[in-house]
Amino acid sequence: MDTIFIQRTDIGRWLDRLAEERTVFAPTRRDGAVVYRPYRTGFVLELDAMPTTSPKEIVFPQNETLLTYSRAGNASGGAPKVEARETLPEQKAVIFGARPCGVNGLGVFDQVFDNDKTRDAYYTARRKDTRIITFACDRPRSTCFCTNVGGGPGDAAGSDVMLYPLGDGFVAEAVTTGGKAMLSLATGAPAGDREVAAKALVETAREAMPEPLELARIRENFDKCFNDMEFWEEQSGKCLSCGACAYLCPSCHCFNITDEGTESEGKRLRSWDNCMSYTFTAEASGHNPRAAKAMRLRNRVGHKFVYFPETHEGEVACRGCGRCIVSCPSSVDIRQIAKAIQEYCDDDK
Amino acid sequence: MTTNNPLMPLMATIVETVRETANIKTFRVRLDDEAAMRDFTFLPGQVGQLSLFGVGESTFVINSSPTRMDYLQFSILKTGEVTAALHRLKTGDRIGVRAPLGNWFPVELLKGKDILFVGGGIGMAPLRTLLIYMLDNRNDFGKITLLYGGRSPGDMAFQEDLKEWAARQDMDMVLTIDNPADGWAHEVGLIPNVLKEMKPTPENCIAVTCGPPIMIKFTVMALQELGFPDESIITTLERRMKCGVGLCGRCNIGGKYVCVDGPVFSWAELKDLPQEL
Ligand SMILES: Cc1cc2nc3c(=O)[nH]c(=O)nc-3n(C[C@H](O)[C@H](O)[C@H](O)COP(=O)(O)OP(=O)(O)OC[C@H]3O[C@@H](n4cnc5c(N)ncnc54)[C@H](O)[C@@H]3O)c2cc1C
Ligand code: SF4
Ligand code: SF4
Ligand code: FES
Repeated sequence: MDTIFIQRTDIGRWLDRLAEERTVFAPTRRDGAVVYRPYRTGFVLELDAMPTTSPKEIVFPQNETLLTYSRAGNASGGAPKVEARETLPEQKAVIFGARPCGVNGLGVFDQVFDNDKTRDAYYTARRKDTRIITFACDRPRSTCFCTNVGGGPGDAAGSDVMLYPLGDGFVAEAVTTGGKAMLSLATGAPAGDREVAAKALVETAREAMPEPLELARIRENFDKCFNDMEFWEEQSGKCLSCGACAYLCPSCHCFNITDEGTESEGKRLRSWDNCMSYTFTAEASGHNPRAAKAMRLRNRVGHKFVYFPETHEGEVACRGCGRCIVSCPSSVDIRQIAKAIQEYCDDDK
Repeated sequence: MTTNNPLMPLMATIVETVRETANIKTFRVRLDDEAAMRDFTFLPGQVGQLSLFGVGESTFVINSSPTRMDYLQFSILKTGEVTAALHRLKTGDRIGVRAPLGNWFPVELLKGKDILFVGGGIGMAPLRTLLIYMLDNRNDFGKITLLYGGRSPGDMAFQEDLKEWAARQDMDMVLTIDNPADGWAHEVGLIPNVLKEMKPTPENCIAVTCGPPIMIKFTVMALQELGFPDESIITTLERRMKCGVGLCGRCNIGGKYVCVDGPVFSWAELKDLPQEL
């Protein structure tokens, strides 16, 4: 059956069965934050709150090894033997409880990390065998604006199974054949009328979302305000350059590469990085093309709303999840910045 | 690239080193896999990422010419951790190489044109590869002029080349240093000023420049003053790069990535990008 109703109390049993074959990453509470962790029996699921982190960490971990190296001395006094070994990951995973905005963020990753020109071997190794079970949202947060940027609380694109919350359970709908296989492991009853009721809740949520941003106007005005440093200083005044926004964002994908180890052995790591930090663009000569905080925030917002759409058929890289708004320690709000660009008028400047 | 993993370097061996100046050293390397070395192709302007495992990776232009494939040459200015560590390497040492990366000089477009090279400091490296390529295909190009400047006589890299180029009848060369120095028989003055005195004619001429950001800026202004249209000014840019293949998001200027859309740009292209050089 493609659509069934699963009781909340049966979810654990379903995950147990899924976990026999794949690593299931599911949302749980840690120190007040909702994060994805590998599911094991006895795990306390957090099924209602929007996860603080995004599913990107499952296919693009905060830290991963790209290669290991070794350098062995040569007894005869010749040059030492140096070797580098590729360390490609293997992962069969299920992301359980992603939100549509988080799944949408992976859409940005797919375009950047797996296209005709470049294929990131590490990302694609994890991504190709990752299935996604998404929670549709019936109660968006006040910071959600996914409908402004092409998404929606019931958006099924990229998901294998959609779960629509309803009362004491979920209406579960298989979106792909992989999703159907996963759903066949669940204990459920025919959905019947509950499918209509659950989807109506999500539709109501959709209608309650804020006024759309005028994306074309933002793009047009960005050029106009680009060199108005007063404007950007105002927008970035409160920003601490901490990078939390980028780390939590489902579509931010910047990284650093560093070596860790001794001269004789060690590994090369890739770790998340963020364009809000000064060192991100500091050149060895001392020159820094984005030396001021205002320039760095301009780049982050520009990348989301202007640069990415320029190269990806108008698609905005911000997925409207609001994570950066909720978790910014100084309440910088990307919606307000987008709106300020939209309203920017340089006639009177 | 012979591996499908763009972040995985190939091993290579340093076959020769040349001390250029107090802080610039040249490394000639060959890929260890003979077939990979034989099949290696690139065009002038493309770069590579050199790895010293345990220290890190940095970007350098392949400054040898594809017309001379005995080795790949990189000339490295010592400025930080990786470059300082690379400077300690000797012939026979092994490093990692990811190359070729990035775009190249539009050689087809340059055919039949006069070419004016303006290089400053280590910025001479990307010009060297194109200049040698042109000298090896001399009949394809018009008049070739090089203006090369360093801070002092001791900062002039590529001495072997400079001797050879000075002796050639089929190119002109002007050398300059910032301040007068004993025994210096060439020009004295900043590159943009010397350039203005040279009064090169912009007609059918393409200017190719590279150097520190401030030098590029004033050189471009001087070229514009001399009547060079933006389409006829080509430069190569630096950025703090990591992945070199458009993934890490570090090197963007607006929607363009210096690592894949560059490092070679015409001034006409750059002018239309967000002004964030
Ligand atoms: C397309 C291109 C071509 C190039 N071609 C050449 C060439 O042919 N020859 C050449 O010599 N150079 C070339 N370069 C420049 C070269 O890549 C840099 O000089 C080199 O990467 C410096 O590396 P490094 O490891 O020695 O410096 P690093 O020690 O890595 O320092 C790099 C920068 O990061 C900053 N930094 C590092 N760590 C920290 C920290 N913890 N906190 C704050 N700041 C930090 C430093 O201040 C510096 O600005 C090229 C660059 C590009 C982009
Ligand atoms: S989370 Fe807020 S303070 Fe931190 S870098 Fe982002 S905008 Fe600035
Ligand atoms: S920029 Fe903010 S709102 Fe947009 S996708 Fe990233 S975290 Fe979510
Ligand atoms: S160096 Fe990574 S995107 Fe250009």
